[in-house]
Amino acid sequence: MFNSITNLFAYEFMQHAFIAGTLAAILAGLVGYFVIIRNLSFAAHALGHIGFAGASGALLLGLAPITGQFILTVFAAVGMGILGERINRMDMAIGIILSFCLGLGTLFLFLYNGYAGQATIILFGNLLGVSHHDLQLMTWLIIISLVVMSIITKRLLFTSIEPVLAEAKGISLFWMSIIFVIILATAVTLASQVVGVILVFTLLIGPAAIAIQWTQRFWTGISLSVLLAVIIVWLGISLSYCTDWPISFWISGLVFGLYVLNSLIKR
Amino acid sequence: MPPVEQQYAIETDNLMLGYDNQPIVNNINIQIKPGEFIGILGANGSGKSTFLRSVLGLLKPLAGKILVLGSSPQRGNIKIGYMPQMRNQMSVANLTSRAIMEASLDGTEYGIPFLSATKKATVQNALELVKATVYADRPFQQLSGGERQRIFLAQALLNNPQILLLDEPLANLDPHYQETFMELLYTVQQNLHATILFTAHDANPLLGIMNRVLYFAQGKVAIGKTDEVITSEKLTSLYGTPIEVVNFKNRLFVLGEGRHIYGQEAHHHV
Repeated sequence: MFNSITNLFAYEFMQHAFIAGTLAAILAGLVGYFVIIRNLSFAAHALGHIGFAGASGALLLGLAPITGQFILTVFAAVGMGILGERINRMDMAIGIILSFCLGLGTLFLFLYNGYAGQATIILFGNLLGVSHHDLQLMTWLIIISLVVMSIITKRLLFTSIEPVLAEAKGISLFWMSIIFVIILATAVTLASQVVGVILVFTLLIGPAAIAIQWTQRFWTGISLSVLLAVIIVWLGISLSYCTDWPISFWISGLVFGLYVLNSLIKR
Repeated sequence: MPPVEQQYAIETDNLMLGYDNQPIVNNINIQIKPGEFIGILGANGSGKSTFLRSVLGLLKPLAGKILVLGSSPQRGNIKIGYMPQMRNQMSVANLTSRAIMEASLDGTEYGIPFLSATKKATVQNALELVKATVYADRPFQQLSGGERQRIFLAQALLNNPQILLLDEPLANLDPHYQETFMELLYTVQQNLHATILFTAHDANPLLGIMNRVLYFAQGKVAIGKTDEVITSEKLTSLYGTPIEVVNFKNRLFVLGEGRHIYGQEAHHHV
């Protein structure tokens, strides 16, 4: 059952999978670092679920799922950004909204009635089915995100670790929060192409959480986070290719394994 | 031509401060000279932090006027160093103190955080000033309360401020750490000649070091030397209720109706 590694890149869908997976991993590693230091893990998780309604709604309207997902996730993210600090006390509200979005997605898929496998694809990802159009959109989204990140990183880092001081120094916490959640929405959309909306958490939070425990400087932390995310995605795709088991399983499994290992060592 | 020396570091004229048009404190008329060490005392919610926010330009006056270094307060004035109240929710970033300071030094700029050698030296100087170089490269979260306060002080000193605002730096510190912090601050002021505004619950740690007291109570303020302000008569008229100040072994105890006033006063505002 084991195919040789040389065949890994022989098919176009495999190349697409590696490119899309790498793009998503880079952004997830970068953004995940800030998600953790800003205590936004739950929001990131919620945004994944909310995207389900967007992706299935887009199918109903005849659009590409990724387009609908991106639009709805950005809207939801901006809403969360406006709530700002209060978001951490709103677990209940977010939980109910994200469940409703899953429910809405189910309705849309029921009405769409086109292809029963769509639900599984959106929920658990379909990296091997990434189309040329998806790849183009992903490339643009990551370029824009990286450009914006490179402009705001100093301020983002400062407001993340010293919000009170940053505000006193004249930085608008509100706008910093809004800009960041839009980038977060982008990262969530890209990550869910790889692992699906349900498992966004694994790629967005896992590598960054491990990296932060092992590093005490900004650059080492964020570099390790990106490196781990990319390696995990590559390993996940390769293992999936060798075993025929789903990519999402391998990626979430690798993150889980690393996290357990990390907890044992750090104990 | 040398710049015109301002007469006052901070000057207010019938200043009224509050939130949502609800005044917290009214009729503040004070002049603080450059280099003065002002202890700001009063209970929780009496307006101490509100006053600092107004100096920082984060809060517009409801009425009256405030001048900081000769002009209206402006958010992000680098001539003001600010040490906020002890953060109860520290970031989980796991960064070293040095990394946190580097992030705050150019945190108001745009771009990717690569620090120049000059800026690294600035951070190093501030760390040396507060004698914190030994633990500057350890994760901030692993530091003791006293060590953290030193790092926060170093952070406030980063741009060689002319005015230093310290909001409750002694809160949650053991008496021993309070003492070392005050000694350190005294040395720092000798080097820096900054105007210092220092809020506290208890006057005693500040007695030897502050020039004047700014006392907040019942929406009013009083300013003057310690022995002019922290007296039974003055505080009784400020609070509008009998207050007794007892001097015991060179320590001041402020008592209201037999109880320690700070504990009692807190009830009104919770």
